[in-house]
Order: sequence, then C-alpha cells, then structure tokens
Amino acid sequence: MSPLLYVAQRGTAVILAVAVAVHLGTILYAVRGGLTAGEILGRTQGNLAFLVFYGVFVVAAAIHAPIGLRSILREWTSWRGRSLDGAMLGVAALLLVLGLRAALAVYVA
Amino acid sequence: MNAPIPAAALTDPTVEPAPDAMLTVRIRRGDGFQAFTVARRSAQTILDVVTEIQREQDPTLAYRFACRVGMCGSCAMMVNGRPRWTCRTRVAAVAEEDGLTLEPLRNLPVVKDLAVDMEPFFEKWTAAHGAFEPGDAPPEDFAVVAPDSPERRAVDAGIECINCGVCYAACDVVAWNPDYLGPAALNRAWTLVNDVRDQGQAARLKAVSGDAGCQSCHTHMSCTEHCPKALAPTFAIAGLKRATARSALKRFGSRHFRRSA
Repeated sequence: MSPLLYVAQRGTAVILAVAVAVHLGTILYAVRGGLTAGEILGRTQGNLAFLVFYGVFVVAAAIHAPIGLRSILREWTSWRGRSLDGAMLGVAALLLVLGLRAALAVYVA
Repeated sequence: MNAPIPAAALTDPTVEPAPDAMLTVRIRRGDGFQAFTVARRSAQTILDVVTEIQREQDPTLAYRFACRVGMCGSCAMMVNGRPRWTCRTRVAAVAEEDGLTLEPLRNLPVVKDLAVDMEPFFEKWTAAHGAFEPGDAPPEDFAVVAPDSPERRAVDAGIECINCGVCYAACDVVAWNPDYLGPAALNRAWTLVNDVRDQGQAARLKAVSGDAGCQSCHTHMSCTEHCPKALAPTFAIAGLKRATARSALKRFGSRHFRRSA
C-alpha cells in the first residue's frame, strides 16, 4: 500500500479504537437497565452529538476496512491492479452509504 | 542402529557426546529426503556435519560455504525447520531426538540440494536502493557525523548485516508476496536513510514504499527472532514506515495546501 493509505489506515485505527470502545460501552449501559427500542430511539432522535459521533465512526470504518481488505486479498489471492482498487472503492462507498443511512435514520426516526 | 544421544547433550552445547554417539541427518534432495548417519563429535557444527557427509559419504551433495567463521553469510540453511547460519550453529544446541533435518533456505529458488539461488535476494537489495548515492560532487557533500547522533546510532544498529538470507527465509510476508523486498533489503535501506551524506533519499523512500515495500510488513518479527547477528530489521522497517509516511504527508501538503506559495 502507498504511504498515504498507510497513514490513513493507522489514523482511522486510532479513531476506531475510541469509537468502538464508546459504542460497546454505550450498548452495555443501555441494555443493562432494560431499555426498549422505542426508549433508545427517543434518546437518539434529534441528538446532534449522537449523529456526529456515528458519522465520524462510519467515515473512519469506511476508510479503514477497505485498505485492510485490499492487503488481505493481495496476500491470499492473485487479485491485483485497478480492478481490485476499484472494488475496494466500491466497498468503501457501500460502508459509507449504509453506515450514514443507518446513523441518519436513527437520528431522524 | 544409532546409539541414543544423551538428553542433556541435545540442549547443552558444553556436554561432550558419548564416544559412540551417532546422529541421523535427513537432507532434502529434490522432492524427497535422503538419510545419512554421522558420528557425534565435540563442538560439532551443522556445517561440519554437512561437510563430513559430502567428503565421506556422498560427494554429489551440493551446499555452499566460504569463511566457516560467521562472516561471509554463505552457509545458511533450514535446520529442523528454522533458518540458521550453519557454521556457527552447534549440533548439540539444535538436534532433536531423532537428529537433524536440513533443507535449503525457504523463499529462494533451489539450485541443487542445500544450495539456493541468492539472485532474487540481491535483486531486491538493489531495488530498495541499497547502494550509497554520493551525489554529483562527493567532496562537496562532506559531512561530519557525530558517533553518538541518533542517525549514526540507527545506522550502527543495522550495519552488521552479512547478507546470509536467514531473515528473508524466516519472513512469512515474503512467502505470501514474492514481490516483497524483505527484511534485509529494507534494513539496508534504513541504514542509508540515516546517512546524512547520501543524496538519493527521495528515490530511496519511493523505492521502499508500496505493496512490495515496508508498509507490507506485518511486524511478525521472525526476521529479528532469527537474525544470527542479532540485528532488528523489524525496527528498521518501522523506521522506514515513519520516514515514508512523513515524506508522503509533506509531498501531499505541498501539493494541496501550498499551491499559491
């Protein structure tokens, strides 16, 4: 991978380390008291901090995952070249669209 | 039938073998293995064993050595599955219960028996810009290098490489990606990146980047674990990752944010 992809992957790894910890901690905390889906949505709806947090989370994941997947595919298969890079851009776009759509849906629900 | 080797002699190089002790040596020859039996001797090295087999039992056995004292880097091979410099490896330290299994170095094409073709290894050394670039007017590039400067210390840490190929054979990334430059070439590049006199840094940093370069290292540390000279190519590669990242960010910044300057 190029040095810029390397920096992007390491940089997003730092963001993900914090984001995943907060995400898991929040889940554990939220379900501990027996919150219903409706009660959770009531808390996330219109919550801008929630939207910004998950927006950053999704963008970091959409950058981080395809770079790693590209390295794995290059090592374990003979797939190389522009078709691989294009497919990884597709994976990044898919993660971005699905993730942001989910975060936005919970925000406006 | 071979006399059993005393258990202590298997791990302790100072223990003298029994006078009648024998060693079974399985040597890869082409697609299969051929077994030989050799007498155990005091302070016997793996290279001693191979030489005795070639001189006394089978003169067609091919292997490579030169200095016999750990300087030339010629005699490396796989000993019981691990890459080792055979002239400085004692039988008593590495023999397993049933003896020794010797194979040619991993990750390199075999010429015959235990001799491998080192050309891909040295081609990558060249591809990583492993030669000093003096610039157009070397006398004007003269620089005083303080022995205790961080750069000089970084060079010292990696400079004693003897090109034996042990790290290259130990590296799983080379096994997965034959284009990967490998620990020795990258370690060499790192010593030159820290040489203030060198004038070819931009090209070198470019050469050691990318899918065949330092960013592909998984930090398994097999190279550092096996290096017979106790060098740490893993840390050299980590240094290259930092240096190439800094250089790329600088280029990216000047391209996108200082266009008007």
